[in-house]
Amino acid sequence: MNQKENFLKGFVKENPLLVSMLGMCPSLAVTTRLENAIGMGIAVLFVLVLSNLLISLIMSHQKLGEWVKPVRIPVYIVVIATLVTMVDMLMNAFLPDIHKSLGMFIPLIVVNCIILGRAEAFASENKPLDSVVDGVSMALGFTFAIVVISVIREVLGNGTITVWGDVVLNMRFIFDFLNIQPIDMFVKPVGAFLTFGFLLAGVAAITNHRASKKVGKVAKS
Amino acid sequence: MSELIQLAFIAFIVENIVLTQFLGICPFIGVSRKRSSALGMGMAVVFVILISSILTWVIYHYVLAFFSITYMRTIVFILVIASLVQMVELFLKKISPALYKALGIYLPLITTNCAVLGVAIINIDKSHTFSETVVYSLFISLGFLFVMYIFSMIREKLDFSPVPKAFKGVPIALVVAAILALVFSRLGGIV
Repeated sequence: MNQKENFLKGFVKENPLLVSMLGMCPSLAVTTRLENAIGMGIAVLFVLVLSNLLISLIMSHQKLGEWVKPVRIPVYIVVIATLVTMVDMLMNAFLPDIHKSLGMFIPLIVVNCIILGRAEAFASENKPLDSVVDGVSMALGFTFAIVVISVIREVLGNGTITVWGDVVLNMRFIFDFLNIQPIDMFVKPVGAFLTFGFLLAGVAAITNHRASKKVGKVAKS
Repeated sequence: MSELIQLAFIAFIVENIVLTQFLGICPFIGVSRKRSSALGMGMAVVFVILISSILTWVIYHYVLAFFSITYMRTIVFILVIASLVQMVELFLKKISPALYKALGIYLPLITTNCAVLGVAIINIDKSHTFSETVVYSLFISLGFLFVMYIFSMIREKLDFSPVPKAFKGVPIALVVAAILALVFSRLGGIV
């Protein structure tokens, strides 16, 4: 696998949220506004890239790797928890509003399956540089997926798109045009499950369509 | 006393951990295909959440606060939970092989269940007292068990229903979860 494939796989082929279905809790909880989704994406990017780098450095060192191997899961958890504490404090200092609205979902990045999953499945067996690329790719794929969910939910539920702070796109004209009110349900928990369910169904439909096309081509030739 | 009963009701229904707080979604979707596995996972979660929240509450208030290193809580809590799960596993193996057989395979999965760490953090953030922590953790985990069991019954029936091809598996489960969440959000009006 070359560097470009490694980078692109997180978006479509191995998207952590839409294909592997890892890290569902934050992606349902914080996607009420686009701003929150972006904040969550930044936090996950920071933690995932650094944890992949550190774990790959530990495990690719011959002596240290051998020594750590039997207790690797606790070691991963300590590394990840330290990074999450750092991100928690940094966001508290520099992005206090986002930190407040994400609340306890920042410390909960520790138990986000994506991070431990990539550490075990990729970083422990690959070189540091590849692991960093993998981390960036997976984090951006995750961010992309939660951005899609949050845009759908915010537009349908509130009629706005809060990009960052005061930058708010007003989409009310859609509802004025249709002469209805925004559907409040979509910013509630119901909307989270519903949006994510339909998104996954859409992804499955595309995959099925492609698979059947491929089968048809093979049959023709 | 009446406050504790109210807190128990809120934890059980109004702030249901899965359907309103989105914690523990992974086991909720992943291990709810069969009633027996949903029950096993639910019981294991009740067990671990109750012990771990009591333990983390005591550690936070008497150790971390004493040395004023409360910023270390994420690291300390996750280590406590991970080692607690290991200990519970060993303990059950020795004391009650029957219970170990029923819960055993679910225990390692619980370390990365965000509900456990989530409840520990909620108890600290809402500054619950000790008795409130016990009641809240017990009823919020019972709420998890309850919803998990209902959901697994629905999913067992769903296997025999004509579902559109694209919705098979997880997507339809999420739509069902949305309907359940709608029911629970209306129940919130009681308190």
